[in-house]
Amino acid sequence: MFLFRNIVFTAVIAGFVSGLCLTLLQSFATVPLIIQAETFESGETTSSHSHDHAHDAATPAHEHGEDSWMPADGAERLLYTAAANMLAGIGFALILLTASEALGGFSGWRSGLMFGLAGFLAFSLAPGLGLPPELPGMPAAELGARQLWWMVTAVCTAAALGLFAFSQTPALAGLGVLLLVLPHLSGAPLPANHETAVPAELHARFVAAVFATSLIFWALLGTLCGAIRVRLRGGEEAYPSNAAESVR
Amino acid sequence: MTTKTAASTLGASASRIIPLSMTAVLGLFVVGFVGFSHMEVVHNAAHDSRHSLAFPCH
Repeated sequence: MFLFRNIVFTAVIAGFVSGLCLTLLQSFATVPLIIQAETFESGETTSSHSHDHAHDAATPAHEHGEDSWMPADGAERLLYTAAANMLAGIGFALILLTASEALGGFSGWRSGLMFGLAGFLAFSLAPGLGLPPELPGMPAAELGARQLWWMVTAVCTAAALGLFAFSQTPALAGLGVLLLVLPHLSGAPLPANHETAVPAELHARFVAAVFATSLIFWALLGTLCGAIRVRLRGGEEAYPSNAAESVR
Repeated sequence: MTTKTAASTLGASASRIIPLSMTAVLGLFVVGFVGFSHMEVVHNAAHDSRHSLAFPCH
């Protein structure tokens, strides 16, 4: 159980710090754009943004109730965003650490950074190529289908990167190429119509901001995972043969 | 020799499989909860985070 404890502890520290840093970046880079988009979403009738997502004809079945709880704007909303970012950071850190341990373990911050960049490619860039980061008020295909495509793309990309980095034969690397492009050839679920009140210029800035902040988040998360993991191995002497091995 | 190297490179000794499965499941559960849960309250709380991390949202 020492291995489990050490991984969870490492993930909590790395996720907490990265999530906090991400929240700071987002509060300058992405959240103002989300709030700006919400003014278009609710129409011209109200300038104070409402957080519920009344959708246009593209997704009629998915309308959020006005009466369900949501954090109040300002400090409360920021607090919940920070909590969600930290939780996401911890979850992603657990996945990164598990993958690295299965592949031999981190040797320090540098190999952590490499895994973090791979995490950005698999969980941010690849799904984002097919399903660009959305602003509130933008039409989109049915949620379940998009979530499924997102997950399949992330898993395929992660597997492809793993094959590129760790396979010995060209055939397996070829399989990696196939896994990399297959989700994009099959295509992400798209809405029937792309009309939206949200200006394209606002959306373009948002997409760039999401990828920039995500890249910093993933790089920091991986680096911290690698740096903390090598210092946190208490009780794992029961597995000496593996602890000595490292990826890079 | 070859198999031993492969096994240790993969770190796949039996004693590690259970803790690593547990951390994987825990990580997937946490990410799924923050990014994919259809519960209205979770969606609203994690709203800006979901949009900013490019999760499919509403």
